[in-house]
Amino acid sequence: MDLLQRTAHQLHEMLVKKEISASEITAAVYRRIEEVEDKVKSFLTITREHAEARARQVDKKIAAGEPVGPLAGIPVAVKDNMCTEGIRTTCASKILYNFVPPYTATAVARMNAADMVMVGKTNMDEFAMGSSTENSGFHLTHNPWDLERVPGGSSGGSAAAVAAGEAVVSLGSDTGGSIRQPASFCGVVGMKPTYGGVSRYGLVAYASSLDQIGPFTKDVTDMAHMLNVICGHDPMDSTSANVQHPDFTKFLINDIKGIKIGVPREYMADGIDPLVKERIKEAIKKLTELGAYVEETSLPHTDYAMPAYYLIATAEASSNLARYDGVRYGLRVEDARDVVDMFMRSRSQGFGEEVKRRIMLGTYSLSAGYYDAYYLKALKVRTLIKQDFDKAFEKYDVLLSPTSPSTAFKIGEMVHDPMQMYLQDVCTIPVNLAGIPALSIPCGLVNHLPVGLQLMGKAFAEGTLLRVAYTLEQNTEFTRLQPVIGGA
Amino acid sequence: MTQSYEAVIGIEVHVELKTNTKIFCNSTTEFGGDPNHHTCPVCLGLPGTLPVLNKKVVEYAVRAGLALNCKIANFSKFDRKNYYYPDLPKNYQISQYDLPIAEHGYLDIEVDGQTKRIGITRLHMEEDAGKLVHQGNIVTTPYSLVDYNRTGVPLIEIVSEPDMRSPEEARAYVEKLKAVIQYTGVSDCRMEEGSLRCDVNVSVRPVGQREFGTKTEIKNLNSFRALQRAVAFEIERQIGVLESGGKVIQETRTWDEARGITVSMRSKEQAHDYRYFPDPDLVPLVLDNQWIEFIRESLPELPDQRRARYIREYGLPEYDASILTLTKEMSDYFEEVIQHYHTPKAVSNWMMGEMARLLNAGGMDITRCKIKPTQLAELLKLIDKGTISGKIAKTVFEEMFASGKDPEAIVKEKGLVQISDEGALAAVVDEVIAANPKSVQDYRGGKTQAIGFLVGQVMKATRGKANPDLVNKLLKEKLQ
Ligand SMILES: [Zn+2]
Repeated sequence: MDLLQRTAHQLHEMLVKKEISASEITAAVYRRIEEVEDKVKSFLTITREHAEARARQVDKKIAAGEPVGPLAGIPVAVKDNMCTEGIRTTCASKILYNFVPPYTATAVARMNAADMVMVGKTNMDEFAMGSSTENSGFHLTHNPWDLERVPGGSSGGSAAAVAAGEAVVSLGSDTGGSIRQPASFCGVVGMKPTYGGVSRYGLVAYASSLDQIGPFTKDVTDMAHMLNVICGHDPMDSTSANVQHPDFTKFLINDIKGIKIGVPREYMADGIDPLVKERIKEAIKKLTELGAYVEETSLPHTDYAMPAYYLIATAEASSNLARYDGVRYGLRVEDARDVVDMFMRSRSQGFGEEVKRRIMLGTYSLSAGYYDAYYLKALKVRTLIKQDFDKAFEKYDVLLSPTSPSTAFKIGEMVHDPMQMYLQDVCTIPVNLAGIPALSIPCGLVNHLPVGLQLMGKAFAEGTLLRVAYTLEQNTEFTRLQPVIGGA
Repeated sequence: MTQSYEAVIGIEVHVELKTNTKIFCNSTTEFGGDPNHHTCPVCLGLPGTLPVLNKKVVEYAVRAGLALNCKIANFSKFDRKNYYYPDLPKNYQISQYDLPIAEHGYLDIEVDGQTKRIGITRLHMEEDAGKLVHQGNIVTTPYSLVDYNRTGVPLIEIVSEPDMRSPEEARAYVEKLKAVIQYTGVSDCRMEEGSLRCDVNVSVRPVGQREFGTKTEIKNLNSFRALQRAVAFEIERQIGVLESGGKVIQETRTWDEARGITVSMRSKEQAHDYRYFPDPDLVPLVLDNQWIEFIRESLPELPDQRRARYIREYGLPEYDASILTLTKEMSDYFEEVIQHYHTPKAVSNWMMGEMARLLNAGGMDITRCKIKPTQLAELLKLIDKGTISGKIAKTVFEEMFASGKDPEAIVKEKGLVQISDEGALAAVVDEVIAANPKSVQDYRGGKTQAIGFLVGQVMKATRGKANPDLVNKLLKEKLQ
């Protein structure tokens, strides 16, 4: 079996048994990157020297008999909106093309402390705004299952890297589905943890009240290990929850007897591709066979989630992105007439179309005279959506739906239709508004393209999601499917 | 007959809190420092950084709020005030908009012996901005530098009700506010250094009219004097505009100290829409009553309480008590002197007399006075013991003020010990009587005031060192 088809926990076992060294794993991953990166283009920055040095450190530790972290020697790709000290962090935006942070994001620092080897920073939609990674200010990323298709977004690079074997696990961020949808498109496991579960310190903000860092993995076991590493209270993030997280590997239980699963009918409506629906129904059948109790339910305010999301997210974004003005770092136009001219031209040249569109939308909804009708109304809708979930979770342990209405679409297919693109996130957005955890797990193929199944849970009930996902995984072959890249 | 007008004045005061670290990060708030050295990724607003509220700032804001008789909110929150300016690293300021930490307070001020209550609408916390350094002036500068050392220094903004009606009331309000805040120990309130800044809203209306006139906002007021003058000028200017049939324009005006006038900065049309919204990076601030009461109990004695105590316990006249408690430094100084010298009225006389005169002449406040409270007490004891006369004491005081030396040392060094030896003085008295037959004759002829001249001659002959009471006594005896 190819080394890079192995999961992190398998590699970890080999490493501690000294069957393989971290340097050998690192060398293998860069051979793979050399092979396929031209076709997939997952990365914005490849940090080979850094990675090799880290791998040598891990090998030294192992040789000296010192204890190593759970991610020792594991090649990890990090979305380029997480700050990495001394390593360029661009958010795939021209406005940050030269930004080198003097500090490291907490989630990445925790991964470092677990002895991971970061192999590179991945491509994304600029400032995490998009569902296809086509909004990157630098280049496209291609879906490893079909290079003419998008990997999803905004964490498209991180999903593609894991699917293509360019990394064993990766970190992404999810504001309205930006981990789950690309996980679905690329046939990997992706999770958005509970809001506040993972520190946002060092994650370049898109929409602060919705953003959450989460992992991409090849299987559910790796997901549990990743959550163990990245979840935890951070005094540097006031919105970080001060809760005791469990050992998530304790939830890797192949048994779902008595688990109650609700399937909201609004998530299986007409907008969903019938073939995708078929795969979901098959998964439901499987779960029922395995002892879960599954029934249809309703989240009545689902239709309002999308407009509420686009008002709240863009309002926060319009303020969060105000700091990119050319004064302190990033792109600054030459020969500006005065400071206002410098602001305007730096921002005009630095931001892409979608980012500008969202800044304008958000500025509008916060403006005097519109605030009550838009922003405030959206906050009220957000409360109603939370209440929908609260009510559902009185009855069900888990809610189940497709992750995305379709499989990966063709590059260029939707770029001129932002509304159609926004609909990509119809099943994932409500979860962010409610702040609850959700994961996407592969549940089969449609026309050789992966389909993702979404499991949603109560706040801080990641464990329950892991248990259901693990049981599904152990009793199907879905997470073991791998793409063949461009015939390579 | 000309219309008579009434001014309506409201004041917004920004006070810098003297915490060790900034409001949302651990950078020092120390004044000065090389440009941009008192910064970190958080206060520079680098991508991905997040604010974490400094608990000390909340405690200080609550102290100030309680001292200003405000109701402290159990639930308040932080909002973003969005505007673009290069001294603002995030291009928004974290402030409090609709749910401030304190509301509904008041301050009692005294003008011309009348006490008046001025309402305080609200008090909220916010972060300070940085500083632009222009080459020359803002219009002609080829480029500007920016220093973020002050960025994120904690401020409280205190907004008054439009309750003041004259420049004197406006001044008295800010003076009193400054005193109260200083007493709580949460700020130095130095207007000249910018740790207390005020913006004044002024409008005028015909007497008897209920609606407010159009207001203007005056900025750049660096002293109480500037504040009073600026308000007086602005009231006259607005009345002039109305009298000549014009309309007051709602605008921001700046005080030009040199020319003694207010000048238009920008009009309402150019005013910002700040697009306030709750800061999603911070959680709402929830304070329980127990903690608020704990802070209330730890409040020090405030100016009004201290003033009352001076009258009650020290028997000081109201006037003395008011002046001495006007600033905390002055009052603390007074308290320390009377620890060592137990006649409060004498201390008050010296502080309000000689000390105030020399401080004013030097344009100084009491914190820069070289005379230590214990030294002033020593000086007063020397007078009581008869070592020096009251007159000589003034000379010694001046020397102490200039050099900071101990009074005994000065008295010794300059040979200023009072001559209280009858034998030694009798000889001088005899000489003076012999040398001034005319005055002696006048005195004996019934012009008793002529003795004053003779006393003066004795003092002159002894270079002021003679004990004046003794000289009087001797002269009277010898001229009988
Ligand atoms: Zn700082």
